[in-house]
Amino acid sequence: MNISSSMRAAVLAAGVGLASASAFAADITGAGSTFAFPILSKWSEAYKKETNNGLNYQSIGSGGGIKQILAKTVTFGATDAPLKAEDLEKNGLLQFPFIMGGIVPVVNLEGVKPGELSLDGVVLADIYLGKIKKWDDAAIKKLNPSVKLPSADIVVVHRADGSGTSFNFTNYLSKVSADWKDKVGENQSPEWPTGVGSKGNEGVAGSVAQTKGSIGYVEYAYAKQNKLTYADMVNKDGKKVEPTIAAFQAAAANADWAKAPGYYVILTDQPGAASWPITASTFILVYKDPQDKAAAGEAVKFFKWGFEKGAKLAEELDYIPMPAPVVALVDKTMGEVKK
Amino acid sequence: MTDMTVEADVSSSEAAPDRASALRFLKMSDRAFHWMTFLAAVFVLALLGAIIVSLIVGASPALSTFGFGFVVNERWSPSREIFGALAPIYGTIVTSIIAMLIAVPVGLGIAIFLTELCPMALRRPFGVAIELLAGVPSIIYGIWGFFVLAPLLKETLQPALIDIFEHVPLLNALFAGPAYGIGMLTAGLILAIMILPFITAVSRDVFQTVPPVLKEAAFGVGCTTWEVVGNIVIPFTRVGLVGGVMLALGRALGETMAVTFVIGNSHNISASILAPATTISASIANEFQEASAGLYTSSLVALGLLLFVITFLVLSAARLMLMRIERKTGG
Repeated sequence: MNISSSMRAAVLAAGVGLASASAFAADITGAGSTFAFPILSKWSEAYKKETNNGLNYQSIGSGGGIKQILAKTVTFGATDAPLKAEDLEKNGLLQFPFIMGGIVPVVNLEGVKPGELSLDGVVLADIYLGKIKKWDDAAIKKLNPSVKLPSADIVVVHRADGSGTSFNFTNYLSKVSADWKDKVGENQSPEWPTGVGSKGNEGVAGSVAQTKGSIGYVEYAYAKQNKLTYADMVNKDGKKVEPTIAAFQAAAANADWAKAPGYYVILTDQPGAASWPITASTFILVYKDPQDKAAAGEAVKFFKWGFEKGAKLAEELDYIPMPAPVVALVDKTMGEVKK
Repeated sequence: MTDMTVEADVSSSEAAPDRASALRFLKMSDRAFHWMTFLAAVFVLALLGAIIVSLIVGASPALSTFGFGFVVNERWSPSREIFGALAPIYGTIVTSIIAMLIAVPVGLGIAIFLTELCPMALRRPFGVAIELLAGVPSIIYGIWGFFVLAPLLKETLQPALIDIFEHVPLLNALFAGPAYGIGMLTAGLILAIMILPFITAVSRDVFQTVPPVLKEAAFGVGCTTWEVVGNIVIPFTRVGLVGGVMLALGRALGETMAVTFVIGNSHNISASILAPATTISASIANEFQEASAGLYTSSLVALGLLLFVITFLVLSAARLMLMRIERKTGG
């Protein structure tokens, strides 16, 4: 506690010196999540038109975003895997979710159209554990009595780089499969027991599109834009759901954000008959007491603008805007940033 | 030498001081040139030393934590902070071996054809085509390998290999399925294509240094082309050949981009060359950006250091081999 308050004082002292210089630098700097890059660039384009203030966002990955904000080289960091409350406290950071998306299993099977195949969490975990090796395995057949499944090997595709998408995906598998939790667990770069690795969402999408008999997981936008064959999922309530914006929103609506410190809510395996089980959100990290108060103020203004006017742009890019009650909460949180 | 000339020309006395100063200037500039080239050479050495030192400094947290286990442990788990480099080392060596097994015979064959057998009119087009192959950026090989070669291999060569060797002991483990398309074999094939021009270009150049009189003498006593190549051309040029092959091997060991596309990026060791794996450079390229500070980053730097060591060992082994051959033949 002592250390953090004295650190804060030092930061404040340094900030006073910098404040006057940075008043001219209207551009906001941020770094992190590759998943959030398309929406941030779209927002910043529209925002610049309206306010003449630009945003410089480096899409270097969630891990990189956390590194950069801790090194104080950027005004905000963006990460798909939230920081725990104690880590936020320790570093004097504020965290809030700003956009959501769905993670969708995609397959490449001859004769199977998008949405024809359905999977549940345990089967997905067993495929990624290498326990289910063939497409005509009894467990898959049981979920898909009407689909003609080939007796082909399953080629498992996962991310080769550390990724927030992998974090949310493995978090979901850990929740639904004790075996997975035991052997692999949740991580940005887990020890994959089987399969081939590809770099980035686009890499996984490309590998699945290329390889017959493959399965992978990508952000919804990538599945849609690459016209990949997505699979339906059986959710926590035992209902079959299709990956749609409404299903992602249903998962978010059922989450209890108000009680989670630092909004540490991972939207996987949420209750509700219509909830998509692998929903994820991207979080923004800013300092409670920023070095460069002008820039942080601009960043807060930018995200306020995004919540107010950016929802339509987000939906155009297949993102899911935060539900209104969450936005109201986040608004309060953003007010905590010292001016 | 300079003194002598000055003394010899002493008769034309008024020109002497002029000449002396001119000579002094020449001597100075000669010395300056000597130092400049010396500094350039030292600069390279210093740079190499600095790279090694920074690699060692960066790698030391990982190496002191895991010790020798870093090299012999297969497990690579960023979540549990356990790092072992055996899988990338294995992948690097296996893909390079596959590449060399294909590229060395084919490359030598092309070079022999170009220098000994090819009709004059075809020499230039063939030669230019091979040199162009060397100019293709590695990312192009990667994209081509990923989008064209890998799907093709998955449908054709790989299932065939799996079927043929299914009941042959040992070989069935080497060619075990499933056919992923990408994997060590595909990476090895791409590497073979990439290093082929190096081997061909170098060996063609050294084959051309064989004195025609040697070859003509051999043909004169009734040798076939095969015998001339085996007994005259290759023994005469072996130093250059080994040099070219080592240059190619160096490239195969360190190649990053093309391999990353087709290796499959999996930290598992498997006997089957159809299985996905990873190499040292591919692991670094994939993981450095997202690596958390501390042990993870340090382990990746340690991987870089290992690649350095492997390359150094390979080059030294080649040197040793050459020295031994030369001693034996008394050349």
